[in-house]
Amino acid sequence: QQIQENLNKQLLGNLVSFLSRSHSDFQEKTTEWTCRMKFREIPTAALVLGVNVTDHDLIFRGVSDVLQDNITPYVALLEAKDCPGIKNLMQKLMGQLMNCDIDVDSEEDEDSVRVSQNRIRCSMSSLISWYDSVTKNTDSETPSKKRNSSSRHWQSPPVVVIFKDMESFTTKVLQDFIVISSQHIHELPLVLIFGIATSPMIIHRLLPHSVSSLLCIELFQSLSCKEHLSTIIDKLLLTSRFPFKLGEKVLQVLINIFLYHDFSVQNFIKGFQLCIVEHFYSQPLSVLCCHLADIKKRVYSLSHDQCENIRRLPSFRRYVEKQESGKQIELLTNDSFLKEETEKLLEDLHVYHENYVSILRCLHVFTSSLPKYPLGKQIRELHCACLENQVWKTEEYESSLQLARMLNKTDLVTMLQQCVEILMSSSGKEFDRTVEKMKEFLTQFQNLEAEASQERDVSVSPQKELQKKTDLYHLQKTLLELKESRRSKKLTKFEMLRFEVVDYIDSLVRRYLVPAEDRTLHEIVYFNAAAVLRGHLNAAPRTALHTALNNPHWYLKNQALRCDGGGISNKAPDICIVYKLHLECGRLINLVDWLEAFSTVVTAAEEPNADAASSDQVDDVIHARFIRAVSELELLGFIKPSKQKTDHVARLTWGGC
Amino acid sequence: MPSLEHPAYPAADLLRLESLVPCRESQVSMLLSLFGERQQFSFPSIFIYGHTSSGKTYVMKTLLTTLQLPHVFVNCVEYFTSRLLLEEILIQLQSCSSGTEQTSPVHCDTLNDFVRLFKQAVASQELEGQTLYIVLDRAEQLREMEANILPAFLRLQELTDRNVTVILLSEIVWELFRPNIGCFEPFTMYFPDYSIGHLQKILSQNHPPEYSADFYAAYINILLGVFYMVCRDLKELRHLAALNFAKYCEPVVRGEANERDTRKLWKNIEPHLKKAMQTVYLREISSSQWERLQHDGGEPGQLKGLSAHTHVELPYYSKFLLIAAYLASYNPVRTDKRFFLKHHGKIRKTNFMKKHEKTSNHLLGPKPFPLDRLLAILYSIVDNRVAPTANIFSQITSLVTLQLLSMVGQNDQLDGPRYKCTVSLDFIRAIAR
Repeated sequence: QQIQENLNKQLLGNLVSFLSRSHSDFQEKTTEWTCRMKFREIPTAALVLGVNVTDHDLIFRGVSDVLQDNITPYVALLEAKDCPGIKNLMQKLMGQLMNCDIDVDSEEDEDSVRVSQNRIRCSMSSLISWYDSVTKNTDSETPSKKRNSSSRHWQSPPVVVIFKDMESFTTKVLQDFIVISSQHIHELPLVLIFGIATSPMIIHRLLPHSVSSLLCIELFQSLSCKEHLSTIIDKLLLTSRFPFKLGEKVLQVLINIFLYHDFSVQNFIKGFQLCIVEHFYSQPLSVLCCHLADIKKRVYSLSHDQCENIRRLPSFRRYVEKQESGKQIELLTNDSFLKEETEKLLEDLHVYHENYVSILRCLHVFTSSLPKYPLGKQIRELHCACLENQVWKTEEYESSLQLARMLNKTDLVTMLQQCVEILMSSSGKEFDRTVEKMKEFLTQFQNLEAEASQERDVSVSPQKELQKKTDLYHLQKTLLELKESRRSKKLTKFEMLRFEVVDYIDSLVRRYLVPAEDRTLHEIVYFNAAAVLRGHLNAAPRTALHTALNNPHWYLKNQALRCDGGGISNKAPDICIVYKLHLECGRLINLVDWLEAFSTVVTAAEEPNADAASSDQVDDVIHARFIRAVSELELLGFIKPSKQKTDHVARLTWGGC
Repeated sequence: MPSLEHPAYPAADLLRLESLVPCRESQVSMLLSLFGERQQFSFPSIFIYGHTSSGKTYVMKTLLTTLQLPHVFVNCVEYFTSRLLLEEILIQLQSCSSGTEQTSPVHCDTLNDFVRLFKQAVASQELEGQTLYIVLDRAEQLREMEANILPAFLRLQELTDRNVTVILLSEIVWELFRPNIGCFEPFTMYFPDYSIGHLQKILSQNHPPEYSADFYAAYINILLGVFYMVCRDLKELRHLAALNFAKYCEPVVRGEANERDTRKLWKNIEPHLKKAMQTVYLREISSSQWERLQHDGGEPGQLKGLSAHTHVELPYYSKFLLIAAYLASYNPVRTDKRFFLKHHGKIRKTNFMKKHEKTSNHLLGPKPFPLDRLLAILYSIVDNRVAPTANIFSQITSLVTLQLLSMVGQNDQLDGPRYKCTVSLDFIRAIAR
């Protein structure tokens, strides 16, 4: 879908800007490196990326693309799992380098390369000879063919080797590789990039000093993933550009997964995409979730069933109930009238979003600088709070207003200016008045300042003025003024204005930050099935297994299997019976006891009054069933054979989890 | 009067050799007497050992090149398999006298092939009149190759029946090499560490042309005074000398002091060198950053070193997992009941009570613990309920890949993996905050 494409594009744009920032200085450094070679140090960049390993792939792909475009055609990406030994590392490295060479050189001598590839001597010297030949080729080649590419690279482009996950490489491989390449740094301009997930100290831990002294390490810190998340939320959710919105609970689930579990922006995006798919799949009215320009067309193409669907929406029903009776009937019976009304409502919703976002940002400006952050530091927390319920009814909001009333003037002025900027940049038409009002406040503040300075002048020389004024009327007037100003100077004027500002903000909030659930037709654009999402993203294999074995009817959908209380029904599959019996045991389970219990359960219903002869001799079939069930349990990892006691198995799991 | 004398080689070459290898005269003369004349058979194998940067490689290289002895020089780290090593020796052998003639790639998989090809090569290169030297640098790597490589190299003269001497260079003593099946004993030779006087002499030798030798020697003197306590590595010292010399010359360039004004120069450079000791020597900041810093004349405070970025951001549950792992690693199992059973959220109490046993347990290092125990502790230290989702389990594995935890005992991964916590107490403190 188009929205998903947009989404990916945005993510990529985000990443590229982020990369270019980290690589602008990186590139200028490479130029400098050439003169550095004489010290036999290998230039190395240590990229500290944070623990969100799942995102790294994308970053590294971006890095190598950027490098290939701008600096050098020779980039090799190495992963720890491919390189258990130095031999594999060299093979991998050479394979990648030679392959990317083929891409550059078109495919004229592909077959010769193919032949030699089988018996390449994977050593540094062959790499060097290859490099020599390649660079000589590019130098001697006529510029007509690849002017654009060779002019962008230098005469001797460095060979960049990227170690994706530095932590997982074995120490010896890295050491050997570094020692080898430092021997040949003169012939082969090599540049290493280490991807580090934890902290740069790992370099010192992995490499002894004799090796790390061969490196010339510079450190680059990538953006923290939390910041990354906020930018993405900022761009995806807090814009009116995408019609699709997340409900409060869903957003909360996604953010929780992010913060509590993996710190992975990639997974966040995937979750978001899942939400989109789920929404469009489950909500029949999601056709209407589109850009404003398309709404009209789509609304008029609605079928009768879809109109009925609209009428069934709870928010729409609430809306209908508020109308007068004539209109109610019209809405409920006349399709075309309904369509018109729907269109209007959807437009309203759109406008609401625009206003919502900008006012939310204003409020964020105010609350984010308050001490102790009663409404949260990040705008996403504020967003969640606003979506959840009417924000002005919460205690936190009250306390933050209280705090806002105590702000000093400079802060207040800068905040107001920021708000004006935000509102000016937003496209909403209703904000003209708001902006004016804010500007008014600003000018008032400035006036206040001017007045204050004037008053200071006045108060410095009141006596003088008194002496000057001979006129009785004037004297009286100035005295009165003086008195007035003295009373109002410190108490009222500024504070009044401050109260006014805060109240005004409050009124804005009350008007625009209405939670989305109160809006009519919010179901069309908001996705709120948090439970579904949680089920999809937060897999709980052990719990699922437990329910499957404990309540087989949950998955098998067979009413006969439903059992009540702690009883063990004999209709359940064998493995369920065995599982339930094993739950009652201790750490070591006696197989004979277990088998007897099993056979009692199984035979209980079939022959309630089983004769004594068959009870001590267990049926062969039951025995086989039991053995099979037990081995299934072992396969699932609940028990394992123990060597402590004969005929016993050890239990491996405890409790309901 | 030259201390090196040998009838077989011209005196001019010897003189040049002596100037190139300062402070190693006795070793060189010893080697020369071992080598004998060009056509004489020498000792089959010589083993040279000594500490890092005591000039083994350098001396061998200059000795062989200045006297123009036929030789092959191979680094065993670089050619990490026996096949690569043998092929490389043959390639160098072919090219060492035949000059520009392009040789076909050789394939040599076993030592048997090597001996055959080696004989051919020697015969074709008309080297039979002279002793051929094969130098194997970093020879300790040979021990990790096939078992027959090292003994074969030691008696290569006998095997090939040619005039060849194998020289092994290593940083460890011969006793660690000796294979248990026994082998030919090489002639061992020790290169002692350079003394401070030697270092002074060697470092002062390559002074930059624009300054006088005395001036540079004074600088080296100061440098050694600061760094000799921590570092005797010649390479490292040379590196540091080159880095900081520009700063030393600054007053002279500005005209504030002349070259003789040693005291003033010392005042100027000393704090600077101290700073360098804390940063560059430990590779906290790279040398290029250091140079830029000197150029700007800024404070190094703005440039944070590698160890400044020790803080690691972890997800919420990962932090708790790591703390739980730490507790499980350093607390004995029997205390678990006392610490975690009775109440919820008693982390503070736990830490307090742990202090009694800390000294002994921390000296012993982390102990392995099973997964179940880790999860049990996790449930008890996290305030709210934790669902045992796949996310939690995947976090454990990602902690393992980050080398914050390590897996112990590879064999039973399915039914009871055991882990070890590998992070330090400081790290845990930082996380627990």
